[in-house]
Amino acid sequence: MNAHDPKLPRADHSNQISFYAKRKGVFPRKTDGTFRRFKWAVMIVCLAVYWGTPWIRWNRGPYAPDQAVLIDLAHRRFYMFDIEIWPHEFYFVAGLLIMAGVGLFLVTSAVGRAWCGYACPQTVWTDLFQHVDRLIDGDRNAQIRLQNAPWTASKLARRVFKWGVYLGISFLTGGAWIFYYADAPTLQHAFWTGTADPIAYTTTGVLTLTTFWLGGFMREQVCVYMCPWPRIQTAMLDEKSLTVTYKHWRGEPRMSVKAAQKAQGSNQPFGDCIDCMQCVAVCPTGIDIRKGPQIGCITCALCIDACDKAMKDVGRPRGLIDYCTLVDANLEQHGQHDAPLLKTIFRPRTLVYFGVWASIGVAMLFMLGQRTRIDVSVAKDRNPEYVMLSNGSLRNGFTVKLRNMEDRPRPMTLSIAGLPRGAIFTDDMEAEDARPSLAVTVPADETRRLRVYAVAPRGAKPGEFLFQIKANDREGGQDSAHTTFTTPEGNGQ
Amino acid sequence: MANKRIDDATGVETVGHEWDGIEELNNPLPRWWLWTFYATVVFAVGYCVVYPAIPGLHSATAGTSGWTSRGALAMDMNAAEASRAGIRAVIDKTPVDQLANDPRLLRAAIDGGAAAFKVNCVQCHGAGAAGAKGYPNLNDDDWLWGGDIATIHQTLQHGIRQPGDDATRTSQMPAFGRDGILTAAQVQDVVSHVRVISGQEKASPSSQRGAALFAQNCVVCHGANGEGGRSVGAPRLNDAIWLYGGDRAALTETVANARYGVMPAWGSRLDPVTVKMLAAYVHARGGGEATPAPVAADAAPAAAPAAAK
Repeated sequence: MNAHDPKLPRADHSNQISFYAKRKGVFPRKTDGTFRRFKWAVMIVCLAVYWGTPWIRWNRGPYAPDQAVLIDLAHRRFYMFDIEIWPHEFYFVAGLLIMAGVGLFLVTSAVGRAWCGYACPQTVWTDLFQHVDRLIDGDRNAQIRLQNAPWTASKLARRVFKWGVYLGISFLTGGAWIFYYADAPTLQHAFWTGTADPIAYTTTGVLTLTTFWLGGFMREQVCVYMCPWPRIQTAMLDEKSLTVTYKHWRGEPRMSVKAAQKAQGSNQPFGDCIDCMQCVAVCPTGIDIRKGPQIGCITCALCIDACDKAMKDVGRPRGLIDYCTLVDANLEQHGQHDAPLLKTIFRPRTLVYFGVWASIGVAMLFMLGQRTRIDVSVAKDRNPEYVMLSNGSLRNGFTVKLRNMEDRPRPMTLSIAGLPRGAIFTDDMEAEDARPSLAVTVPADETRRLRVYAVAPRGAKPGEFLFQIKANDREGGQDSAHTTFTTPEGNGQ
Repeated sequence: MANKRIDDATGVETVGHEWDGIEELNNPLPRWWLWTFYATVVFAVGYCVVYPAIPGLHSATAGTSGWTSRGALAMDMNAAEASRAGIRAVIDKTPVDQLANDPRLLRAAIDGGAAAFKVNCVQCHGAGAAGAKGYPNLNDDDWLWGGDIATIHQTLQHGIRQPGDDATRTSQMPAFGRDGILTAAQVQDVVSHVRVISGQEKASPSSQRGAALFAQNCVVCHGANGEGGRSVGAPRLNDAIWLYGGDRAALTETVANARYGVMPAWGSRLDPVTVKMLAAYVHARGGGEATPAPVAADAAPAAAPAAAK
């Protein structure tokens, strides 16, 4: 019965269903136009930022690295120009990540899948590799011919050469990553002389292979099958989201220019789409946008460029394929004007996202301005809680940590308050030299750990007291920490 | 499988199943996905061959690589041991009273000592080295035999009353009551005097009698004012610290029957570097004393034999 079904694909002889599909090659044709040029610009900026950032120098004085952006995992510091993040301030990094997340929502709300279309590394590198394809194998048709050609020596040579170029780009990509984690010039020298840490070679190797594989071969399949973001996008797009839209009410029924003239003569309906397939030919993910919005569409807008060129060639107005919201599509379909673009972009949802995004940014800037640069923390000995000395006085032991977050050594005064007739000494002092305050120098950008003993005379009462730290330089600053003094009577609580 | 067709609404092929008019669309997975799955299966089989994997009743299959988690731990431990070999060699060569000249060396010695202390010493001296009745508190400033690092090291090395060790610390207080040197009443008088000089009691007729007895029997070791004598390990009596207790009952027991605490000679049980590290750790508990400055050149030879002993 099915043999007569006209809808059955003709090539299907076996009537067997396959649950697995072979990848259809994508050979996007070279194109030019507004969006292509914009995409070039974004690609250049993205790659320049990626490759250039680790090489920017930034003077922080003799006690800190001079790399502008450095994730110093070994010393647990994150440098970003004038900002230095310590591990306990990791919430700044978390805040940045939240801003990045909300920023994606904001961008999606304002301009649709712009991240996918222009800035996503998978898109940027896929684009780069597709340029390599065109440069080496020629444009779309030549690529298809070569793909279908038998494996001759010349094809093999071209393929090996092309994969070599892929590998070169991938190596540069993977290799650049490690420079964010160590001093770039030093690491580069160490890398080439074989003296770098094994993790540098491993990281470079792994990222080289993933770039080679994902950018050279997987390409649009990452977007279609692997990446969660397109799925999230489908949930986030609404009737006011900008999507790349084929205006079917204008384009259908599609027919050649000649057929359209004939239809016009005989008062038959005709569309602007001349079915030249340019939109499909230039698509980097190999979809047909005329089938409507779909997960494979990363909204790179190259089909808009291609279609505009075709429309210009046949003397019809541009924008048969264009950025368009569903609302605008409905308006246009009924002969009305689009909503103004600004109103589309600055709608309430976008403004709310922007508000959230900007508040996090402002809050972080505020906290960055407020954060203290010195800090004292105290851990009291638990065992023994107190020690009686031969003259009957009592001693409690503490581990005091003094944090100096400035990139220079700072003279400070450590003192106690609230312990009557109490005195302190450190483990590199003699007990007789105990006094209520000590001068200490905390090295640049370090936490100095001190063993401090607090001594109070015979009969001292238990209770709370304070360790105080004060910076004795021009900039000043102070901090204090509560702790308790324990005697045989307890700890006063 | 005969009902395969294209769904009208979506233009997608159906898988051919139909239940009461409900059909399933066929959106095929990419073929490489399938190959990736097969690759993981192959990897899993390979993993099971190479690594211990399949559990049996008493043990798992060994795996061709010979890897075990126990072996991996042993390798890590050996590596850690090897990484410490360098600093241990330096500590071995450095005289114990010179350790403090290099802060990093001293730090390493103290940390190593802390680890060894937790294994060997906490049973008597406690985890915080705070001691207990009969076991000295190592945090305070009261030392029976001396609190500079070399003396501490000597005490650790040879122990207290270690049989067979010629250099061991031995203090020999007579059992004044048990041996009949003093009568029970006289013992009480001496106790009264000791409690007076340690500031726990006011002077009384008993303490005045005790003072005379003290002068006759005790000052040789404990000193005229009960300030103690480190050369013989006689405790200081005029301070606030009592190893066995400072109340009348505890002091009566001490005077009448004497106390003979013991500590093993760690030199015969632990390697020399660990003993040095333990000395550094004990010295750094807050009560450690500075190494006495060499008094004068001509005094040194006289002091040397004593130290050696």
